[in-house]
Amino acid sequence: MNMHATPTPDTPLLSVRGLTRTYGARIGCADVSFDLWPGEVMGIVGESGSGKSTLLSCMAGHLVPDTGEVLFDMGGTLRDTLTLSEPDRRRLGRTDWAFVHQHARDGLRMGVSAGGNVGERLMAVGARHYGDIRARAADWLDRVEIAADRMDDRPTAFSGGMQQRLQIARNLVTGPRLVFMDEPTGGLDVSVQARLLDLLRGLVREMGLSAIIVTHDLAVVRLLADRLMVMKDGRVVEQGLTDQVLDDPQHGYTQLLVSSVLQV
Amino acid sequence: MIVCENVAKRFTLHNQGGAVLPVLSGASLRVAPGECVALTGASGVGKSTLMRMIHGNYLTEGGRITVGGVDVSGADPRTVLRLRRERLGYVSQFLRVVPRVPARDVVAEPLLAVGWVRDAALARAEALLARLNLPRALWDLGPSTFSGGEQQRVNIARGFAHDYPALLLDEPTASLDAANRAVVLDMIREAKARGAAILGIFHDATARDAVCDRCVDMGAFRPQPA
Repeated sequence: MNMHATPTPDTPLLSVRGLTRTYGARIGCADVSFDLWPGEVMGIVGESGSGKSTLLSCMAGHLVPDTGEVLFDMGGTLRDTLTLSEPDRRRLGRTDWAFVHQHARDGLRMGVSAGGNVGERLMAVGARHYGDIRARAADWLDRVEIAADRMDDRPTAFSGGMQQRLQIARNLVTGPRLVFMDEPTGGLDVSVQARLLDLLRGLVREMGLSAIIVTHDLAVVRLLADRLMVMKDGRVVEQGLTDQVLDDPQHGYTQLLVSSVLQV
Repeated sequence: MIVCENVAKRFTLHNQGGAVLPVLSGASLRVAPGECVALTGASGVGKSTLMRMIHGNYLTEGGRITVGGVDVSGADPRTVLRLRRERLGYVSQFLRVVPRVPARDVVAEPLLAVGWVRDAALARAEALLARLNLPRALWDLGPSTFSGGEQQRVNIARGFAHDYPALLLDEPTASLDAANRAVVLDMIREAKARGAAILGIFHDATARDAVCDRCVDMGAFRPQPA
C-alpha cells in the first residue's frame, strides 16, 4: 500500500482575531484576523514599514498587542496565548512553537558548538542522556546538510547559509507544530537561498508543520507559501491563495507590488 | 466532473486609471468523467483565463464553477488546496519550481503530497520520465536549464503523476516532437479510459482531433460591449 490517510482536522491550529498594535499615534498593525490550518504555510508580504514584522512579533509573543487574540490549539481547544501564564507561554516557545530569525546570530548561541546549539533545545524540554542528545543533534545536522565533522565547531566559523541551516535545526529538533519565520532567506546568496527553500519545503511536508513567513520577496512566497497576506500601512489589503493573489491581484497595491518585480 | 455555469471575468487595472478589461461572460460548459473537451477560439479569447479560473488561480467574478461537486468560485484557500492536491491536476505552459531541485523530485512531489512513500513516488516519477524520453542524465538536474521541450515533458510527467479525476491541459503538446507528442496523446487516452474528465487547449488540430470528443468555442462567451 502506497498511501496513508491524510487527516483533515476541523479546528484551525492558530486563530488570530482583531490583532492591533499601535506605537503612540502610529499604527503598527491594525485589526488583523485569520485562521491557519495544520500543514499550511502562510506568507505575509509588504514593504518596509507595512507592519508585517510587528504582526509577527505580536503573534509570537515578542511584543504585546493593544487588543486582539492569538488562539492556539492546545490539546484540542483553542486557548488565547496572550493570557497564558508566563511559565506556560515559555513552555509553548520551547515545544510547539519555533521562531527562525532573519539573522541567524539572533537565534543561535554563537559561543556554543553547533551540536550544543541543537542539543540545548532538547535539554530545555527534558532530555538528559548525553549519548541520545548527541545522536539526535547529529541526525538534525545531517538533515540540514551540515557535515558531521563540523558538529563541534562554533557557528562563528560557519558561512551565512550554514548558520541559517543550523538555526533551523535548532528550532525544529523539538518537533514544533508552528514555526514563525522572519525573512528566513534574507541576506543570503541566491544559490544558498534556493537550497534553503528546498530544505524548508521538504521539512514542512515531512513534519506536517505549519509556518508563517514574513518576507518582502514575492519569489520566496510563491515557492514556499500556500496562502498569502498582503499588508500596507499596518492593514491587510488582500489575502488568498498565493498564486491567485500574485497572478490575479485585486487590490491596487498588490497589483503595484506584483508589477514591480524584476524578471530574470 | 467539471461544470462552469454562466461564468464571467473582467480585470480591473487600478494603476492604469482603473481600466476595466472584460474577458468572459456567460461561459458555460460541462466535462463528464472519461471525456476530453477542447477549448477553441482565437488567441486572447479567454481560453487560458477560463482554465485558470477552474484551477482557482484566477478569481471567478460571476457565475459558478464546480469540480467534482466542490465549488471553486468563492472557495477558501484550504478548499482549493485540497482540491488541487487530490482531484484537480493542471499542466500549465510554464514550469515553476524551486531552483536546482532534481527533475525526478519535481515529478514525484504531487505523489508525496497525497501520502505516497518516497521510494514508490520516485519509482513512478522515473517511469514517467522514461516514457516521455527524458534522458536519464537529466533526472538528477534541476529543470530550469532544460530546453523548452524537456521542461514541458517534466511538466507533463508531474501533471500525470497522480491519477487526478479531473485534468486541465494548457497546450500539452506545444513544444514536443512527433514521437513525444504521440506519447502524450497516449497518456491522455489512458487518463480518459480510467475515467478522468479532461479540459484542454490544443492549437495543434491533429492532436486535438486525436483525443478530444468535442470542442467548445470560446468566441461565444465574449462580453458584449457596454
